[in-house]
Amino acid sequence: MERELRLMKGNEAIAEAAIRAGVDGYFGYPITPQSEILEYLMEANPAETTGMIVLQAESEIAAINMVYGGAGCGKKVMTSSSSPGISLKQEGISYIAGAELPCLIVNVVRGGPGLGTIQPAQSDYFQSVKGGGHGDYHLIVLAPASVQEMADFVELSFDLAFKYRNPVLILSDGAIGQMMEKVYLKPQKPRATEFPDWATTGKSASRERNIITSLDLDPEGQEEFNHKLQAKYAEISKNEVRFEEFQCEDAEYLFVAYGTSARVCQKSVQIAREQGITAGLLRPVTLFPFPSVRINELAGKIKGILSVEMSSGQMVEDVLLAVNGKVQVKHFGRMGGIVTTPEEVVEKLKSFFIGG
Amino acid sequence: MLEATGLKEIIKPENLTYRRSEVLVDNTLSYCPGCGHGTTHRILAELIEELGLQSQTIGISPVGCSVLLYHYLDVDIQQAAHGRAPALATAIKRLLPDKFVFTYQGDGDLAAIGTAETIHACNRGENILIIFVNNGIYGMTGGQMAPTTLIGMKSSTSPRGRDVKTMGNPLKMTDIVATLPGTYYVTRQSVHTPANVRKTKKAMRKAIEYQKLNKGTCFVEIVSNCPSGWRMTPVESNKWMEANMIPFYPLGDLKTPAE
Repeated sequence: MERELRLMKGNEAIAEAAIRAGVDGYFGYPITPQSEILEYLMEANPAETTGMIVLQAESEIAAINMVYGGAGCGKKVMTSSSSPGISLKQEGISYIAGAELPCLIVNVVRGGPGLGTIQPAQSDYFQSVKGGGHGDYHLIVLAPASVQEMADFVELSFDLAFKYRNPVLILSDGAIGQMMEKVYLKPQKPRATEFPDWATTGKSASRERNIITSLDLDPEGQEEFNHKLQAKYAEISKNEVRFEEFQCEDAEYLFVAYGTSARVCQKSVQIAREQGITAGLLRPVTLFPFPSVRINELAGKIKGILSVEMSSGQMVEDVLLAVNGKVQVKHFGRMGGIVTTPEEVVEKLKSFFIGG
Repeated sequence: MLEATGLKEIIKPENLTYRRSEVLVDNTLSYCPGCGHGTTHRILAELIEELGLQSQTIGISPVGCSVLLYHYLDVDIQQAAHGRAPALATAIKRLLPDKFVFTYQGDGDLAAIGTAETIHACNRGENILIIFVNNGIYGMTGGQMAPTTLIGMKSSTSPRGRDVKTMGNPLKMTDIVATLPGTYYVTRQSVHTPANVRKTKKAMRKAIEYQKLNKGTCFVEIVSNCPSGWRMTPVESNKWMEANMIPFYPLGDLKTPAE
């Protein structure tokens, strides 16, 4: 079947891709700049076509707990929100990680802290990749940089979520959620009819009852479970690192940036090269696991790294850990909903590393 | 020995009148002696067995004394975050509409932290059963004041008794949900006497059977005791419950389906 070409907002692309990926349920709550996801799904009414359930919950808290319930039944379920709403979901996300349930959470990030602004930002990096809720856990975090990736990462997220029984977060931002681009959509996939053997679907006579819980009152048992989780994260770190390189072959200076900032830095590479500065860009596609090994390799061949993120400098900590002192690393980024310009990035690169 | 006492004549299958339900797991209950949870679990297990629903049931346990419900009921169970059981149940029932889905929650879980989830699940008329065990106290955490703690009632966080001026009034969640169009059957029962056990079982049977009709939320409150939290013996706690809890939370149906 032919792929279908459409002009869509990033948020709409996520919604349409969810229907086409055979998602069983979406549970959301309105918040700018991602309300189009819920609106699109309500308008599309996939209950009539694929049987996908779409429900507007009473809160982000209820929505993430609906996701827990649906995921516990082995269904492909998801939610989406933006920064303040994602903060509300953190308790539920911790429970989902603790109960080892697969699901997709989408964060279309806006500037904070607090109610902040509705404009794009990348200031939820720590919350996304370091856990976010209580306890030692990780989400698998994908960072799309285009409307196409907003669509493509939905199916990828569910593949990874079910492969590892782990929640996956798409860390987008208000720019990618709101901007329109052409997007190739995959054909409709049927919804699954078979479910994992751990799912609560009603205890048949042939099996023991299934229990979905994150509770183990015995500390030895809980420690053992934590070791199991850590082993899983190590496996994910070994297998699932994804990144993209742009003109890194001869680069003397490297930008590290994801999402909207990576698009900005792609232009910065061009501007820098026009000025005789051989810059390159490494774009992490997965933020957990982080492409630390590759960044470390590149660090041995270059004169400096500029980590660019629309925040006060969160990802830069992971870049510093990856580089481990091999080369100087700096951070630059605008905050509070202001998108960094390519020119500003080049000026910062020059002032940090080249002088003048 | 059996022959000498004549017990052999008595212990025969045809004389069996009381046994452990097959839906109850042979585990030692973690509940305090005299607590109403054990009886309530038993009623639920018996009904699941009698109605042939073991393979069709998905239960949701709360945070609170009954968090380990899945140790005792031999059905598929999900353990929810504090107060969120009706949100889980909403998704489970929507995704698996042919299954029997119930939540089992205490008063802290359902009437304090989970107020929004409870009211909105009932208001949407989710086709689930909510079992609400109300003993007017936080049992598991050691006897703190609950939203349903009676006026003047002492607890570890209302040591001089619940003071309405500073602590508010006890919340009658069952009365509130009965006013919502989404609920189909709302009742308040207890399990402190054999007669009440029978009434509760009858009410709960109706609530389970109604789920097949797809007509909305069924809500069964069970006014119960907490001997440990109330600092009473089991017998004292039941007497206290009759004298104090039941007058404030009167037993009976609050909303019955229009026949």
